[in-house]
Amino acid sequence: MNTPLIMFLAFVGLTLLITFWAAKKNTGASAYFAAGRSITGWQNGLAVAGDYMSAASFLGISGMIYVAGYDGFMYSVGFLVAYITVLLIVAEPLRNAGKYTMADLLAYRLKPRPVRALASLSTLVVSTFYMIAQMVGAGAIIKQLIGIPFEPAVIGVGLLMLVYVVFGGMLATTWVQIIKALLLMVGAIMLSYLVLKFHHFSFTEFFNAVAHADYGGSAAPKNLMEPGLKFGVAVAGPWGPIDLISLCLGLVLGTAGLPHILVRFYTVPDAKTARSSVVWAMAIIGLFYIMTTLFGFGAATIIEKAQLTTDGKLDVNMVAPILAKVLGGEFFFAFISAVAFATILAVVAGLTMSASASFAHDFYSNVLHHGKENRPGQEIRVARITAFCVGAASIGFAIYLGPTVNAAFLVGLAFSVAASANLPVIVLSVFWKRFNTTGAVAGLATGLVVSIVLILLSPSGIYGKEGAPFPLSNPGIVSIPIGFLAAWLGTLLSARDPEAEAKFAELKVRAHTGLGSEKATSH
Amino acid sequence: MSEKTPVNWEALEAKPEFRALLAQKKAFILPAFIFCMLYYIALPVLVGYFPEMMKQKVWGEVNVAYVFALSQFIMAWVLAFLYVRVAAKWDKSAAAVIHGHD
Repeated sequence: MNTPLIMFLAFVGLTLLITFWAAKKNTGASAYFAAGRSITGWQNGLAVAGDYMSAASFLGISGMIYVAGYDGFMYSVGFLVAYITVLLIVAEPLRNAGKYTMADLLAYRLKPRPVRALASLSTLVVSTFYMIAQMVGAGAIIKQLIGIPFEPAVIGVGLLMLVYVVFGGMLATTWVQIIKALLLMVGAIMLSYLVLKFHHFSFTEFFNAVAHADYGGSAAPKNLMEPGLKFGVAVAGPWGPIDLISLCLGLVLGTAGLPHILVRFYTVPDAKTARSSVVWAMAIIGLFYIMTTLFGFGAATIIEKAQLTTDGKLDVNMVAPILAKVLGGEFFFAFISAVAFATILAVVAGLTMSASASFAHDFYSNVLHHGKENRPGQEIRVARITAFCVGAASIGFAIYLGPTVNAAFLVGLAFSVAASANLPVIVLSVFWKRFNTTGAVAGLATGLVVSIVLILLSPSGIYGKEGAPFPLSNPGIVSIPIGFLAAWLGTLLSARDPEAEAKFAELKVRAHTGLGSEKATSH
Repeated sequence: MSEKTPVNWEALEAKPEFRALLAQKKAFILPAFIFCMLYYIALPVLVGYFPEMMKQKVWGEVNVAYVFALSQFIMAWVLAFLYVRVAAKWDKSAAAVIHGHD
């Protein structure tokens, strides 16, 4: 039991060193918020991949595939295809026309104060849900691995994360993401290799075993290759297939609206590098998610459910680490646990970064102080204080909710909100001349409210499975069209905004050519 | 880095080269994106409403559903590759449009 601890400390020590190195290099807002815009394409691709492959991906999807087979794999597919939306629609215009945050793009030709205020709120909501999910995951894992209780585990993770963000800013969190992404890929490749080795390097044998998955001989064989174990009509009733479509819609459109992913595109020198970083990310993420087949499905042929059960409850978040233990012994178990821990730490850092940047840059500087900085460095100071408060709040929420809340549920909420509130407004702002402030406000507010309300009324929400008025666990199929509709109607039903329309020419030229975009600072 | 004279955005936007660039971008991005969405959404639709067809095996225990899911990865990678290739041409056109202003 000491090996995981030693490995944790080694990795944590390394990343703290990086943080202090980055802190020395940090001067000015461009450095703190956007890493000086000096990150290269493949580096950013790795950082994006790292940000994206959170605890829910590595641990959650392994667990989902372990239990529900093919239906769990649908998450893997959606998470990757979502990057086409990012690549084709959002990444380059964003880099060309914005400065530090998603709201920079939205406020380009619209009235800044209401738009930034709502965009900032939306960013805070999405980031918070995502973050609480990670914190809960972290607490549960560390509790199981090291044996300390949930609350101190959560507090410990939270404090570490704060050190990264408060002292290092974007440069430090970027490098943490890069290192973590590399470690995650190494861990995933090793796990996949060991699973294949278990099945004598025969894909025929592997798929045969999956089709008769018996959980290490402890249960009756189940065909995990077949769809329907989670969303099929037989299991989930007539709403099952629609719930699956709704989930898929949220996944494929949500990434393009996730503030903590979008903000990564500001760390590269230009739009062309933003483009190549998306492609790098797609290569890494795609490879990773294909490998979830091997260690997700594979785990179901190897691990008995009893090995994952504590206090009578099946802890599906522990599938990947336990698989490592069974196939590779204590050392590999320690390595995978350290990677899982690093995964959570890095994502939490990235989320805090984007949320605090949004508050400092969008709300504080632009809404409250009309874009003027009272003293130099004030915006950064506000961001650091916000990071501290956001971190403390998420620690508090995670402890309050406890280790049994479903992390995947919270992450799914984040995606739905992003797709319903943020994406419609981003798209319409760049591509529709007539789009005005009222439309943006309507779109952001409606998307935010509708998606949250529907989740609360869903079977995973406050009424529980039986009494839920809304039959789907994933609101996307309803909330995303409503978000677009609200943005569209809000524009049409309100007065035309000649200033906004006049600025459209400028936004168009900037977005599509990169003229006048924020350049890299040398350091 | 700063522009010596203010940029006439309307003039740039009205340039036929710029308009041509936008038309080219639209001609690729719109159909590519729509194709991607349709191909992707076909997955939950088919799996949800035609489960028996999707459960049919094609190679050993590997069924249509799994192959179709894997093909989504290929589809996304191919689209990304095609996009990067065509976007490189757009970069040249964009540079020509703003030549003299940057």
